[in-house]
Amino acid sequence: MSTLFGVILPYAAIAIFILGILYKVVKWGRSAVPFRIPTTCAQAETLPWIKRKPHEKLDNPSNNLAMVGRMLLEVLIFRSLWRNTRAEIKADKQKLIYSGSKFLWLFGLLFHWSLLVILIRHCRLFFEPVPWILDVVENIDGMFEIVIPTLYLTDIIILLAVTYLFFRRVVFSQMRYISLLADYFALLLIGGVAVTGVCLRIFFHTDVEAVKELAMSVLRFSPEVPEQSISWLFYLHLAMVCTLLAYFPFSKLMHAAGIFFSPTRNMANTNRVKRHVNPWDYPVKVHPYHEYEEEFHDKMEQAGLPLEKE
Amino acid sequence: MSDEVTSREELLKTIDYVPAQQDLYKPNLEFRPGTWNYPANPKKMEHLELPYPREWSPPDLDWKLPENWKEIILKGMEERLNRYRSLRVYLDICVRCGACADKCHFYLGSGDPKNMPVARTELMRSVYRRYFTVGGKLLGGAAGGRELTEDVLKEWFYYYYQCTECRRCSVFCPYGIDTCEITMMGRELLNLVGLNINWIVEPLSNCFRTGNHLGIQPHAFADTIEFAVEDVEDVTGIKVDAPMNRKGAEILFVVPSADYFAEPHWYTFLGYLMLFHELGLDYTLSTYASEGGNFGLFHSAEMMKRLNNKIYAEAERLGVKWILGGECGHMWRVIHQYMDTINGPADFLEVPKSPITGTVFENAKATKMTHIAEFTADLIKNNKLKLDPSRNDQWKITYHDSCNPARAMGLLEEPRYIINNVANNFYEMPENTIREKTFCCGSGSGLGTDENLEMRLRGGLPRGNAVKYVKDRYGVNILTCMCAIDKATLPAVCDYWAGDVAVGGIHELVGNALIMKDEQKPRTVDVRGDPLPSVEGSEEGDE
Repeated sequence: MSTLFGVILPYAAIAIFILGILYKVVKWGRSAVPFRIPTTCAQAETLPWIKRKPHEKLDNPSNNLAMVGRMLLEVLIFRSLWRNTRAEIKADKQKLIYSGSKFLWLFGLLFHWSLLVILIRHCRLFFEPVPWILDVVENIDGMFEIVIPTLYLTDIIILLAVTYLFFRRVVFSQMRYISLLADYFALLLIGGVAVTGVCLRIFFHTDVEAVKELAMSVLRFSPEVPEQSISWLFYLHLAMVCTLLAYFPFSKLMHAAGIFFSPTRNMANTNRVKRHVNPWDYPVKVHPYHEYEEEFHDKMEQAGLPLEKE
Repeated sequence: MSDEVTSREELLKTIDYVPAQQDLYKPNLEFRPGTWNYPANPKKMEHLELPYPREWSPPDLDWKLPENWKEIILKGMEERLNRYRSLRVYLDICVRCGACADKCHFYLGSGDPKNMPVARTELMRSVYRRYFTVGGKLLGGAAGGRELTEDVLKEWFYYYYQCTECRRCSVFCPYGIDTCEITMMGRELLNLVGLNINWIVEPLSNCFRTGNHLGIQPHAFADTIEFAVEDVEDVTGIKVDAPMNRKGAEILFVVPSADYFAEPHWYTFLGYLMLFHELGLDYTLSTYASEGGNFGLFHSAEMMKRLNNKIYAEAERLGVKWILGGECGHMWRVIHQYMDTINGPADFLEVPKSPITGTVFENAKATKMTHIAEFTADLIKNNKLKLDPSRNDQWKITYHDSCNPARAMGLLEEPRYIINNVANNFYEMPENTIREKTFCCGSGSGLGTDENLEMRLRGGLPRGNAVKYVKDRYGVNILTCMCAIDKATLPAVCDYWAGDVAVGGIHELVGNALIMKDEQKPRTVDVRGDPLPSVEGSEEGDE
């Protein structure tokens, strides 16, 4: 049983995760980019005396360096989501008004950054000795020792964030309308991983040394299930992580990789400066000037327009 | 509603952002008059050799689809998934966070939940899952997959012609997912089975034959330019030259055809003619490349290329050095983001250089085409124009960023710089409605028809609402903009939502303010032929 959950499942999940992502990314990569279509979100670089603020240079990148900056802003601080507003009609005043709406940005950001820190923290299970940087991350994350053993900040944040992200889909009618089974599933799964993880730390301790032994043996491709017993809760936690990994490449979670392939964001606005070639361009039927002149010759002549053929 | 327009108050009451229906995947087949466009005239389709021309109508039960329509659509999807990374990635990665939901003018104006960009894309994404992903093939509906049925196709038609490809949602999406890309693909797919709208196909057919969307033949073009020259003379007393098809000119000037045919575009066109005369610019118009706009963008990449071809071809035939383009909206998406790729390289041209200031427009180094706002802003910055801003004092001005120059170019400062130099009273609309966050007029991408008026006014709500704000607060009485579709359709939107606000172009204001050397008498009227405020004042004083 523990071999199945501790060894076979993780190997299968990781294999599906890696191959699945490769499959998707190769599919995207093989799909052509016929046109250069950046969405420009600020003044373009045009005349030299039109000065642009630093953020404008990123929101409408005029070279690849600025484009990378734009992508970094997008990936690291969710630049576009920061723009979010909420529209409502004030029926009495016959007005449509927009108010800033930063909750999605805030909780989205908290969620993703917590997830990253938690992933980094888990790396200690795969290293012996543990690199100092992991200790630093862990110490910062655990700086508020609320309960003993340390309850990590990110644990609290991710639970809060997942809860918010789930409830906004249930509570707001617009969100309910566009939410699919897959949207709830992803959140529940990640929520489940987080809840079991927190439980393992606080309520039902498992033998961390044994878990690490298992993790490292799996990593060395010589899997050995340790003799000390590892709790069923841990296997539940691991099984959910495996499900997440295997599900990842075939789901919307691929946005993590997909954003790097988004042509409206990963292309610089050099449209009129540099030629962009469409790899599948083909000749089309056009209406050349001589045919045009042939049809309208007499009328053009009468109107005194210059002609190729008198 | 298409016959009689409901009052603004009544229309507002019909908008509810709490979705009435609850099933995203149940096709909506209510083709209510006022919310869709007439199908394409089969003759016009034949002229362009488009597939499956026929008579049909959206409310009909039978759309007379070809027998193997499903196969055609799925094959078309597969092809496009390989040709457009945008399509494949955007269908894969949306997390339905909802950030785009209330950013769409059609959603804000209709409350129809399928007009949330995320839902509009989900209409296609569900089909993609069912036929092109492992999960959808195995699990179907449980994995968010949906069978492609005739009803689904009908729904595509309804909603992909209820998106103006304005790209506002893509500004707010954390991954930059651009619904415009999805709508473009949706329309390309519908085209494959002969589903299209006449407001797009007829201009395409006209443009292919005569060089412009309106179908104006060369002699009529010459006539209308002659009228413009006369109008300039009426205002300034100067008979300007407006050369056409002239070989050896330095610059080919291309404008959207509405500029020389429709109001209020006309006044902007007069502004161009006055400016070029004052500069003594060595330029020519062309009857063959007499369209800057390109409704091909709203049809298919192929059609866009077929029409756009004329611009470079004509520049080469006439032997000009570079190309100058008029104000416009989607015209500039095509020129800025597509032209060089589809019909370049334009090696026979030189990098645009202003003959007046010597400024080299490095930002147009490859495409060799410069926007008139860039050109004029440069003139003003270099003190090459004598301007009297008080001749625009009859106007309290606001500026509407047209979607494409804003979100597919970043042309934001030049028009503001020009307006601030040629006029005294300029007021910005609220921050959430301008620049990259600008709202579409609601009639872009070929949807500006009379039969679609209800949807257009609904889509125009956010813009109209912002115009009303500056009208109430500052007494704004003119909305200036660049896009020709804006100029054609915003008057109705402003009239409905804000009341009594005119619509005009930037070079209309330039024309008013421009002090011309050859002018013998002080100007008494603006380019619209209305008395200038200074004149009105002095007349009153005389009495």
